[in-house]
Formats: sequence, C-alpha cells, structure tokens
Amino acid sequence: MTVTTIKPDSAAQTADAVRWALSEGTPLDVAGSGSKRGLGRPIQAAHTLDLSGLSGVVAYEAEELVLTAKAGTPMAEILPMLAERRQQLAFEPQDLGPLFGQPEGQGTLGGVVASGLAGPRRISAGSARDHTLGIAGVNGRGDLYKGGGKVVKNVTGYDVPKLMAGSFGTLTALTELTVKVLPAPEDVRTLLLAGREDRQAVAALTAALQSPYDVSGAAHLPAAVAARSDVRAVAAVGGAVTLVRVEGFGPSVTARVAALTEELGADAVLDQDESRAVWREVRDVAYFGPAPSPASAGEGRGGGDDSRHISRHVWKISVQPSEGPRVAESIRWALDAELYFDWGGGLIWAAVAPTPDAASAIRGSLGTAGHATLVRAPEDVRTTTEVFHPLPDTVMALSRRVKESFDPCGILNPGRMHAGV
Amino acid sequence: MRMPAPDDGVIARRREIIAALRAIVPGEGVIADESELRAYECDGLTAYRQLPMVVVLPSTVEQVSRVLRTCKAMGVKVVPRGAGTSLSGGALPLADGVLLGMGKFNRILDIDFANRCVVTQPGVTNLGISNAVAHEGFYYAPDPSSQIACTIGGNIAENSGGVHCLKYGLTTNNVLGLEMVLMDGTVLRLGGKHLDAGGYDLMGVVTGSEGLLGVVTEVTVRILRKPATARAVLIGFPTSEQGGDCVAAIIAAGIIPGGMEMMDQPAIHAAEDFVHAGYPLDVEALLIVELDGPAAEVDHLIDRVAEIARSKGCCYSRVSTSEEERLSFWAGRKAAFPAVGRISPDYYCMDGTIPRKALPLVLHRMQEMSDRYALRVANVFHAGDGNLHPLILYDANKPGELERAEAFGNDILRLCVEVGGVLTGEHGVGVEKRDLMTDQFDEVDLDQQQRIKCAFDPDGLLNPGKVFPKLHRCAELGRVHIHKGELRFPDIPRF
Repeated sequence: MTVTTIKPDSAAQTADAVRWALSEGTPLDVAGSGSKRGLGRPIQAAHTLDLSGLSGVVAYEAEELVLTAKAGTPMAEILPMLAERRQQLAFEPQDLGPLFGQPEGQGTLGGVVASGLAGPRRISAGSARDHTLGIAGVNGRGDLYKGGGKVVKNVTGYDVPKLMAGSFGTLTALTELTVKVLPAPEDVRTLLLAGREDRQAVAALTAALQSPYDVSGAAHLPAAVAARSDVRAVAAVGGAVTLVRVEGFGPSVTARVAALTEELGADAVLDQDESRAVWREVRDVAYFGPAPSPASAGEGRGGGDDSRHISRHVWKISVQPSEGPRVAESIRWALDAELYFDWGGGLIWAAVAPTPDAASAIRGSLGTAGHATLVRAPEDVRTTTEVFHPLPDTVMALSRRVKESFDPCGILNPGRMHAGV
Repeated sequence: MRMPAPDDGVIARRREIIAALRAIVPGEGVIADESELRAYECDGLTAYRQLPMVVVLPSTVEQVSRVLRTCKAMGVKVVPRGAGTSLSGGALPLADGVLLGMGKFNRILDIDFANRCVVTQPGVTNLGISNAVAHEGFYYAPDPSSQIACTIGGNIAENSGGVHCLKYGLTTNNVLGLEMVLMDGTVLRLGGKHLDAGGYDLMGVVTGSEGLLGVVTEVTVRILRKPATARAVLIGFPTSEQGGDCVAAIIAAGIIPGGMEMMDQPAIHAAEDFVHAGYPLDVEALLIVELDGPAAEVDHLIDRVAEIARSKGCCYSRVSTSEEERLSFWAGRKAAFPAVGRISPDYYCMDGTIPRKALPLVLHRMQEMSDRYALRVANVFHAGDGNLHPLILYDANKPGELERAEAFGNDILRLCVEVGGVLTGEHGVGVEKRDLMTDQFDEVDLDQQQRIKCAFDPDGLLNPGKVFPKLHRCAELGRVHIHKGELRFPDIPRF
C-alpha cells in the first residue's frame, strides 16, 4: 500500500490533518519517531501522521517537579536536560529500540507515554501513567483539547492523562505532555545473590521488598540469561543471578546495603557503574536483543547464537509476584523459552522459539490473574495473534465505547491494540 | 449553585420505586422514612443539604448490580455514597434520586503480604486498612485527614491525597485493582494483584471520577512497609517568600520529604492558641518538614534541610529529637482546622493547587481579596506539591456572609487557575467547584470528558449535577461534524 506521511509542525496543523482524514474517511497511522512501530497489531492505514515535527521542551521547572514538552520531543533531548538538574523520569522509561533491531535513543516523550512502558523502578515509583500529569492532543473528531493539569497534584475533572498512557495513539494524537519529574538518586548499589533457583530467588526478592530499605529494583536472571550480560560481575557468576537495587543518598545507600546484606546474605555488591549497566539491560530487555557491538562478542551475550535469539518472539507477562515462578515453570514446560524476572517476580520477559501455540500456552498458564503482551514478533505473527491480552467481554465492550468516545469513526490507529478498536 | 431540576414524574413514582428496591434489598436495607433520611441529607460540605428520595444500603455485589439495573430501567438517578466525608458535595443527594450507601461493604477480604497488597470491600475505612496490616509493620500510604472515617471506596471516587502524597502518591498511584458495577448493572474487574491492568487504563479514569462512572464494590491496594524512622524540623521565616524559597531549595537539592507543610501567621496563631504546640508566634511562615525512611538517611537529610533553611534566612529552627517532639510539631498543623473553628463561628476550606513559585503573589492577592470581602483568611498549605488550603472565616448567622465567603473562595480558585494551577488538588469538584470548571477547561475539553461519561453511563443517571456545569445529552455529544474543504492549513508537509 502506498503510504503518505503527513508531518504537521503545530497542534493546529495536527487538528487539521485529523479533520482532513475524517472528511476522507481514511485512518491514520499515528507515530512519533516510529521506534516502537513493531509493538502492537499491524494497522492498515494509507497515511501516517508523523508527530515528530512537534518537538521541543516548552517549560522545565525543576523546583516545581514538572516538565512540559511537545509530544514529538526526543527522549534523547529530555533525558540529558533532566540529568543536568539531577532529575529523572522516575518510572525509568524503557528504550526498546535495540530490541526491535533499531538504534538506541530514538523514542519520543509522546511515544513513551502512549506505549505506557516502565522499567524496573515500576515497583516503587509507578509507571508512565503515574507520572503523566497533563496532555493536549487531537481526538478522532479533529478537536484539539486538553486534559489534566500542569501541577503535580490535581483532581479536577476526569484523569484523562491516565487513559492516554498505554493507549498506543488509539484515542488521541498527542501534541503536548506535562510529566512529573523527580530527583535522580545520588548513588546506587546492587546486591547480587548467586545460584538461586526461581522460587528461592523470588522469595529473596519478596523479603527485600517487604523490608523497610526502599528497594527500587528486584530482578532474577536464570543462568542462561545472566550469561548474556555485558556486566562482567554478572556474567562471571556462571549461574543464576538475583539482583536487588538500592538507590538514594550516599550514606543511606551504604546503610541499607549493609542491612540487606545481613538479611539476605549477598554474594557480591555491584558498584555504581555496574549497577547502572545491569539495570539498563534489565530495563531494555537487552538479553533478547542483538549484541550491541562486535567488540563485546565472545564475552557475555552475543557470539554465535545471536541470530537464533533475535528470531525469537518476546513476551511481556505481568503476574502477581508470588505466582511468577509457577508461571515461568509452566511456560518452560510447554515451550522452548528463555526468560527472566523483574518487578520482584511480577514481570516475566520471555523469548520464545516461534510456535503457533505460544500465545495459548502462555495465556493459559496465567489463568485470570495477569496479562501477557506479545512485544516482538514478525508482522504476520502479530496479525494472527492477539498482541495485547484478550479482555473479558465486559471490559472489551467498555473499552470499545471509550475508544468511540474519543474517536467515533476509527481514524486514529484503528486496530493497533485490539481488532476493531 | 443549582442542582438539576427534580423530575416530578419520578417523584410521583416514589412508592413504586421503593417497592422495586425492597424486592432487591430486604428489610432495613431500604430507608424511606423522612426522619431516617435526614442522616443522609449532606456530606462534609454541610452548606448544601437535600433529602434523598430514598436510601438503599445493599450488602452484596449482586444487589448493587440489580439496584443499578432497576434504576436504569425506571429512569431513576443514583447518588453513590461512602462515609459521606466529601468536602466538595460529591455525595449530595438528589430529591428525585436514590442514595446508594456502600457502608455495608465493610470487610477486608484478603491480606497478602507476599504480594504487598490488600483486597478489601469499599466501605472499609482508610485507616482500617493500615490498622489491619500494622502488626507486620505495613501501612496504606494515602492519608487524607478524614482517614478515621472516610472509606476506601470514597477515596477511589475522589482520588484522595493527604500530607504524604508528594512522596507516596495519591490514591490513584496506590490502587492495583477494582471491581465495579456500571449503571446498567454490568460487573467489571480491572487490574488485580499484578501491575498494570492491560488494555486502556480504565482504572485510572475511574479513580477520581467522583461517582459518575460506576460504583466500586471491591478494591485492591498496595501496602508499604512503614518507614523505619521519621524526624521533623520546624522552621520559621520572616516572610512567606523565604518560606517558599526554602521549599524550592529543598526539592532542588533532590530531597522529597515525607511531608512538607506550611502555615501562615493567622493559622500559626490559631493553632498555637488551641493546642500549645510551641510554635513561634513572631514568624510570617512556618514550615514543618518531615523526613522518613532508614535512620541513616533521615539523620543525613535532616541536617541538610536545616542547613538549607539557614541559607534561606530562617529566623527559627528546631529539629525533633524524640518521637514525642515530632508529634508535637504536627499537633498544631493537624488541629489547624478545628483551631480556626474556635476563632470563627464558621469557616470555608478551599483546595486549589498552584505552581509553588506563584505562592508570594497568590498570598498577596488573597490578602487584597480578604480586605475587599472583609473576611479573614488563614492558610495551611501542602507546600511540597503546591496544594493550598485557605480557610475563609465567616459567620453564617450574619446575613450575606456565607455568600461573601463563597464569592471570596471562588475568586481564590480562579486565581489558582490564572497562575497556572488547578481548582482542586484533593477535595474534588463535586457541586462546590462545578460552576468554576469553565475557568479551567474550555468547552471542547469538557465535552471530551462528558463523552467519557457517556461511554460508562449513556443515560447520565449516575451522580448527575456533579463535576460538569452543563449537562449534555450523549446523542448530542456523539454527533460528528465533518467539514470538507475547510482546512486552514492546506500546506501541512506531506511526503
């Protein structure tokens, strides 16, 4: 299909573009930089609405803990700006570019919020939804509207920004966002526990998360995954690695690491650089992506099995943490899968050898508690498999009505999440 | 403030409606006697009162579902109510409406320490959840000041906050799952013990929807381990500007205190006279900064905060050295509302949020308004997140004072919006701020919000007259207008 790209450079032009599409009855593929186009159901649209022209930070007030930027502003522009004031987006947005075989650092703020992705700090700081304070954008009627506010505490009217997080551009073409920004930790250390089985590991992570020591990352890498780490101290263990992250002010980190070491019995403590590196890998699902550079081949991940690995389908599975090991066991039993745990056992990333029954095996293992998303797979697979977890009929019917309340004619990314929505 | 005109046709069918409800909820679960209805005539916003047509107190999800389905079929409006502590009139009854009380849903269903969450019925109090998990050293973080009485279901409806929400978030940041019933009786489950609900964040939009989208029948909240220790600093400044600067400097230093409260001079004096907390009386602004967490962290940061306060010109500073002293710092702040109640027959509590940098301007303009309306005002302020609680002092027995207090309050809220803030930080819009919504939102913004309402409740029967100043029919809102050939920017770049 011939694809025309419409690239507005103002909110008003974006509204005009949507009105034009509405008058033509033609759907739009709404995108920022397109770095996460591989995530979601493929959509049939003759026109792309490219929002990367809406770029630039509108206001950043560190003391007010808010940042307002146009939707297409590159994360590569926002993150250094925050770092300069020693602040961050606390939900630790993922950079999934490499997982999809694209360069790092390509995402936009609008794309990060629209895909609702969060990293390891999700367990303590919340997700993109928790940090999106205000939005402006164009609904499927071509109306430029706003929702939420530009201050950190606001309950005026419905929390429309929450609905935008994770809606994959199906409700509104976002033009501007206001997000909450928070201080970046001064220091970080990671307790490393070696050789634990899944159940023992999740038990240790649970103990860490139940402690009063403000743990901000809790992951478990089974042996095959740990071996792929580029962090020497992790790969060199030669077995499973369980990771507990402690962040904050220097003296506090020191004291909490000592207390947790006493309680959990750590085999090693990773320093600041090692910690940052390993949690970036955990965050970005680096273990299931291609090796970063030939230089690191032969050590850690990469090497000969790389091509085998990137042909695998990647699933993101959210469960109650205590169920993590059981679900993992049942996935491993049914499928050729490599996997690891984040969120204290509540998130499983699985790289599965292609097979038609993967979706039913994975979703079947969950029962009614939790959901599984097919994050990476070739387009034909994403056409025939439900990419997002099927919703109960009652929730699906309501979701359909919510979609219609923003986009009655199905102009914005129709079918990106669920067929016909 | 006007509520939608009661429908005489519905009121004429009162007997029939009561009979239909009695068929669903037996015995004392349906209240129709006027003297008993009186208990439900208002919530925490006592200036507005209205007897409901009938009160129904279901005790099962099935009853809730049948009540709503029946009301929908009969075209009867429904107002949900938790403990009735809303400060914005969110549970104000309707003369032609059923008041749906959720008080019988008062059991905690599951305490799950391994997954750090509690599953509870909505009528359990906020503090009840914390108390149920305290023996293991856990608590539920959002702590609205009504936490002894307010219910978790009401907290969901209002997205309630509290003094600790800068660090620990509002209700919405602490909810994992909901079961709710739509106006047509459909029972839905959203989220659960796992993170992220999957699909649209319907839970996010239901939280804070003020009872307009559905009736919550079960809640899963996350619980946190109690911080190992907490210490507070009491800091006085000669001017409110310096107080505001100090707050900004603390945050710029990367410190997010567990609580950071500010009081102005009238509030300090009222509180000190009432509870004798030991507050300095010669300061213009008093800050309470509380740091919580591991002892090593709290000890480290408390010194840094004291140092920042000195650099910003504080004229008074005291660091708590015991738990008793810390609590005494809070005693005055926590008693600020009743303390103001002692110096004035009535007071009206406002709830706007502003960008903190606008504080000096807002306080200055508020003083001008105070002179103009000839009403005193005392300010307590969640300083960390810019949430103001001006208390307007008035006497309802003096003709015209209530109206003047309301006009003064509205001016304050408009000022909050004017400086880049919002009408309400934690109390909700309800009926109180409904007619000010057009100051913060354009018609197109409000139309989109009302279309969301239509997706949940197309007949507009659930809690009408709250939040939105103008009610539109969903059919009217749903119309799509297509303008061919009227594009203002025919030259948008295309490739």
